[in-house]
Amino acid sequence: MPLREKVDTPDIAIQEETQIKPYTMNFGPQHPAAHGVLRLVLEMEGEIVERADPHIGLLHRGTEKLIEHKTYTQATPYFDRLDYVAPMNQEHAFVMATENLLGITVPQRAQYIRVLFCELGRILNHILNITTFALDVGAITPALWGFEEREKGMEFYERVCGARLHANYFRVGGVAQDMPAGLAEDMFEWCEELPKFLSDLESLLTNNRIFKQRTVDIGVVTADEAQDWGFSGPMLRGSGLAWDLRKSQPYEVYDKMDFDIPIGKTGDCYARYLVRMAEMYESIKIMKQAIEEMPEGYVKANDYKVTPPPRAEMKNSMEALIHHFKLFTEGFHVPTGETYAAVEAPKGEFGVYLVSDGTNKPYRCRIRAPGFAHLQALDFMSKGHQLADTVSIIGSLDIVFGEIDR
Amino acid sequence: MPGEALEDLAEFIVENLQGVVLGSRFERDELVVDAKAEHIEKVLQFLRDNAECEFKVLIDICASDYPDRPERFEVVYNLLSLRQNNRIRVKISVEEDQIIPSVVKLFSTSGWFEREVWDMYGIPFADNPDLRRILTDYGFEGHPQRKDFPLTGYVELRYDNEYKRVAYEPVELTQDFRRFDFVSPWEAITDVQLPGDEKGAIPPHGWTAMSGSVSESDVPPDVEPDNDNQEPKEESKNAS
Repeated sequence: MPLREKVDTPDIAIQEETQIKPYTMNFGPQHPAAHGVLRLVLEMEGEIVERADPHIGLLHRGTEKLIEHKTYTQATPYFDRLDYVAPMNQEHAFVMATENLLGITVPQRAQYIRVLFCELGRILNHILNITTFALDVGAITPALWGFEEREKGMEFYERVCGARLHANYFRVGGVAQDMPAGLAEDMFEWCEELPKFLSDLESLLTNNRIFKQRTVDIGVVTADEAQDWGFSGPMLRGSGLAWDLRKSQPYEVYDKMDFDIPIGKTGDCYARYLVRMAEMYESIKIMKQAIEEMPEGYVKANDYKVTPPPRAEMKNSMEALIHHFKLFTEGFHVPTGETYAAVEAPKGEFGVYLVSDGTNKPYRCRIRAPGFAHLQALDFMSKGHQLADTVSIIGSLDIVFGEIDR
Repeated sequence: MPGEALEDLAEFIVENLQGVVLGSRFERDELVVDAKAEHIEKVLQFLRDNAECEFKVLIDICASDYPDRPERFEVVYNLLSLRQNNRIRVKISVEEDQIIPSVVKLFSTSGWFEREVWDMYGIPFADNPDLRRILTDYGFEGHPQRKDFPLTGYVELRYDNEYKRVAYEPVELTQDFRRFDFVSPWEAITDVQLPGDEKGAIPPHGWTAMSGSVSESDVPPDVEPDNDNQEPKEESKNAS
């Protein structure tokens, strides 16, 4: 029925008292576009969002408190469960903080392996983010394609550590074990093929009229605002600030790698998508370099008070057996002190502030998750936008509740 | 070694903020500034706006609990300067129930971080416009990250099918969380050399089985075997 014919309403003079209150709407926590367990209380003026109040903590597991009661070795798996999309990047921050307190250096080969898998994690994270972001704004094909390609990447995780998600591969002093034979070659091959997939993905989205209508000029963040709200990672770079911890405060062997930092110009959801897209190509570059330049050698630090002995050794050496027993029951003692170690995780700056009191357990382990700061800014980013745009903004924030709620 | 520029910066900050900061120090090359709790706003404003500092990004606010200290809590502000590529950590000590000023006017991002500190440690921030709990459940009681809060918490919840709603009950565990005393009484005498102690010396590299799998020529130059420690390892091999 055409709407015009319905105009039959009596003339009611609207008095000031009868003004309609803003409509409060509950978004989530079970909503496919909420990317997890986000409960969003929206105050709406018609279709326009007046205020967005994210209620978080539905996935709060008390990780920081638990780590205070566990040894350093037992603490690493908790980091897989934070941002479960790119688990190894989180572990990296923690082992770096612990290594810093212990004052041990990691062998070259282990550093290359770490860089290799961190970049793999970045690609997997960005594939997931871009495709689910596209799903939120109405494109299904990228998600179907992306998950297939992501699965191949997860297989590399599985081959190197035995688990697809919760790797626990980075250990204090190196990595858990050396890469199996043939893995580097297969990864290199995957790196060769991936740009083809990425350009296909781009051809679906970058010039897509609908995708652009939903993302361009939505959720614009200026460079000053991005700093004020504590942004990091692609969120910061999308606003035109060339800042990347891999370049500015290089850790492991990133200073030997040749790569560029893509930055966005407009600071909107589209710019952040473009930054993530371009970052994947850079990550492929880094992965290839890491595989090509990876030296032979040990993958654990030369300190058997920290790194466990190989199993074969334990069959013959009483010393090794004792060390193994001590390391996996008591763990190692870390000298008193405090440190802050940060890595450029796919979502932004992931930091660990570690306080040690000289025992085998951290006294305090503060986890600084990038998503926490990003989600906080949702209120100001979505103010004045339509409800559907809020969905776009959430998609471009790249939030994972494992790390936000900790 | 901390960079010279960072040492100069530390001096500059302490000079310019006399009476407001208590001093600066380096913790493993990281600059830490101790400040007075009531002046934290002034300190952060200076660090943000001064052209020498330009710490425009507040990375994190967190607290830690030291029940033995007279001023029980420590609130830590982690700042980052994109232009100078520096990090700084500002610390304040806070007594229990002491109200400290909020910095939400300086850094918008501090809103949620302060809420989390309030939620986890019960440190109230004056002037924070929205100081609700953030991570814990609606109606939660207590501040879980305090050292005197048990790991298991006090209540557990389940879905009650009879009343068709969630029910809270005191925690009941079939097995308590096991705490072991790991501070070994033997550690104090490790300096005494007993026969066999030399086996504990650091070997040239890692365990012998590990070095068997990698040929000598593959070892990168930075892990060249240390000749001083070569002998004890050989002995231990013979002994076993």
